[in-house]
Amino acid sequence: MRLGASPADDAFRAELASWLAAQLDGRFARLRQPDFNRNEFALLRAWERALGEAGYGCIAWPAAVGGRDASLTQRVIFAEEWARAGLTPRPNHIGIELLGATLLAHGSDDQKARFLPPLAAGAEFWAQGFSEPNAGSDLSNIQTRARLDGDAWVLDGQKVWTSWAHNADWMFVLARTTPGSRGAKGLSFLLVPMRQPGVIIRPIRQMTGDEEFNEIFLDGARTDAANIVGAPGDGWAVAMATLTFERGVSTLGLQTRYRRELDQLIAAAKANGRARDPLLRHRLARAEIGLSVMRANCLRMLANIDRGTPGREGAVNKLYYGSWHQRFGELVMDVLGRAAEIAPGPDYAYQGLPKIFLQSRADTIYAGTNEIQRNIIAERWLGLPREPRG
Amino acid sequence: MDFAFTDEQQMLQDAARGFFARHAPPGAARARLTDAAGYDPATWRALLEMGWLGLDLPEAAGGLGLGLVEMAIIVEQAGESLCPLPFLASAGLAARAVLATAEADRARQLLAPILSGEIIATLRRDGGGFRLDGAAGFVPFGHVADMLFIAARDSDDPSALCLLRLAPDAPGLTIDRPVQMDLLRPEAQLRFDAVAVPPAAVLGAGPGVAAALRRVIDRATILTAAEQVGGAQRCLDLSLDHARQRIAFGRPIGSFQAIKHRLADMAMQVETARSAAYYAACLAQEGDDRALAYAATMAKVHGSDAFSQCAGDTIQIHGGIGFTWEHDAHLLFKQAHSASRLFGSSDAACQRMADLMELA
Repeated sequence: MRLGASPADDAFRAELASWLAAQLDGRFARLRQPDFNRNEFALLRAWERALGEAGYGCIAWPAAVGGRDASLTQRVIFAEEWARAGLTPRPNHIGIELLGATLLAHGSDDQKARFLPPLAAGAEFWAQGFSEPNAGSDLSNIQTRARLDGDAWVLDGQKVWTSWAHNADWMFVLARTTPGSRGAKGLSFLLVPMRQPGVIIRPIRQMTGDEEFNEIFLDGARTDAANIVGAPGDGWAVAMATLTFERGVSTLGLQTRYRRELDQLIAAAKANGRARDPLLRHRLARAEIGLSVMRANCLRMLANIDRGTPGREGAVNKLYYGSWHQRFGELVMDVLGRAAEIAPGPDYAYQGLPKIFLQSRADTIYAGTNEIQRNIIAERWLGLPREPRG
Repeated sequence: MDFAFTDEQQMLQDAARGFFARHAPPGAARARLTDAAGYDPATWRALLEMGWLGLDLPEAAGGLGLGLVEMAIIVEQAGESLCPLPFLASAGLAARAVLATAEADRARQLLAPILSGEIIATLRRDGGGFRLDGAAGFVPFGHVADMLFIAARDSDDPSALCLLRLAPDAPGLTIDRPVQMDLLRPEAQLRFDAVAVPPAAVLGAGPGVAAALRRVIDRATILTAAEQVGGAQRCLDLSLDHARQRIAFGRPIGSFQAIKHRLADMAMQVETARSAAYYAACLAQEGDDRALAYAATMAKVHGSDAFSQCAGDTIQIHGGIGFTWEHDAHLLFKQAHSASRLFGSSDAACQRMADLMELA
């Protein structure tokens, strides 16, 4: 058990840091300006392509599909340097971290060859089509239907809370392929192109004022019959694997982002004098401790996943970080005071620290609410009996 | 970086688990509630035979040359089995204090009987002057110690500390062991009335002693965090058993979200506290003094939160039986409290963290 980096890891960090600095001082300087908006998608696409060309697209993946077989330490370094450079989360997080990991585990060789290299190259962006109006926490209550019509699946139904769908090229969809089936049985995991007449995207305005997520109407949307991950009817198991990645490995970048947010808040508290307020000092110290614990737990989770022995530490990760970040959002407002309530411009467009107060309400909902996380921990990991279900 | 146990560490954990399962099976702690020593000498001898007392001391000083992670592995298992031993007092505090302050030959000479377990040594930061007057409270296992190490303030230079060695029968020294709320963490109250300290009993003096002892305390704080992980784990395991077996409204109570969500929160606290304690042990080994202070503060505050929450919830989940003297829940609840106060409260630790963060 050791934390230190090897000389090769230090070299990787230096090479990455200098590449990032060169890009972000040059062509991609806009990416870390405070008013950069993630809807400036042409720039984000160019940025993902630049990462891919430099070999930084998906470093954890095997070289054969566009990765560089990076060690766990190097993945940690990548996340740290990304956050240190002041970058917002990867715009293609859903494609790289969720679909990519799912295909590596459950995809066919043809699917890996078709879909992974464009992800690593930054050429294709993805959306996640799981939630529906009547399938959120009760996810297995999926009503979207898909049927084979010759050499294509044809989909009808509605998805909701679909982040970044308006910028996505593809969407992975959980759909009911066995007519008349109920619950987790009879579902399939399909890969569906977004740009076709049968896919209608309607943005939803969130409490932050952003339009980051959408509702999607599938009206005879088509995809090739080969675009199914796992066997027909096995979609639930594949989707559960995806959600495990979403709640686990993919969150390494989160805690490095939180590190940067906390550093910003500490700097703000020193600047406005509230770092001398005994109560706020105490709460900032608590936030620091909580974040450090999160990092420790994240590293242990990744080490155990790498060894093929994932444990309870991974199962509790989402519950821990979501709750921490929400409390952090409240602390932001107390440290910054009422000034944080004033929008930076004429639009309802909060940025930086004050936005976290609003945005973090989602952290205990998406990827499984805290209540669902607790059910999963209790039933799958602690072996407690299931609740009676209707 | 590899934040997982090595094969050797895994073997040590298996050995420690087996050791405490044999020597401190469930219920064994009951005998400790009433005996005068507060620990089982046979278990102590068996632990010495395992060679674990000098686990983290350099080989040159008679130890095994392993690290804080290995020490934490032992302490976690001891905490999980509610097995009070003067391990932290002798190995975690006294031996490290001697090593940190005494000159090498002297240290070797003093450490030998501590490592062999012939003597139980214990450390407390307190006191004042070379003619010792004052008091030192809450000295772990001070009532059975064969050698006491007192960190005293130098009356000529109040900013400096020195480390003094005292025999328990030194004239002017009184050692009391009052009844404590936690019956499984015996701590003595020492009073010094003009205790004469001969020059030979002054192990370390000078500007470096305070910092050296601070490092000793920080390491012991991380070990306490590991003990808290063990205690919290025991709480979770007891509560899980109860929640699976206890039937109410015709179903196991663990099937109700009101109970299972509480258990999930306990599991989150246990696992994150475990991550934090071992992360801290690694940081302490690999980093500088600031990293050690940061690590100790982080692991202990979270360990205290975790153990206290789990112990309180254990009583709640057990209901009335959890409030009885005969159930172990109260032993854990009291351990959680006393552990949270070892080497300072969480409030004090947060102040220290705020200082480390340079919040001003």
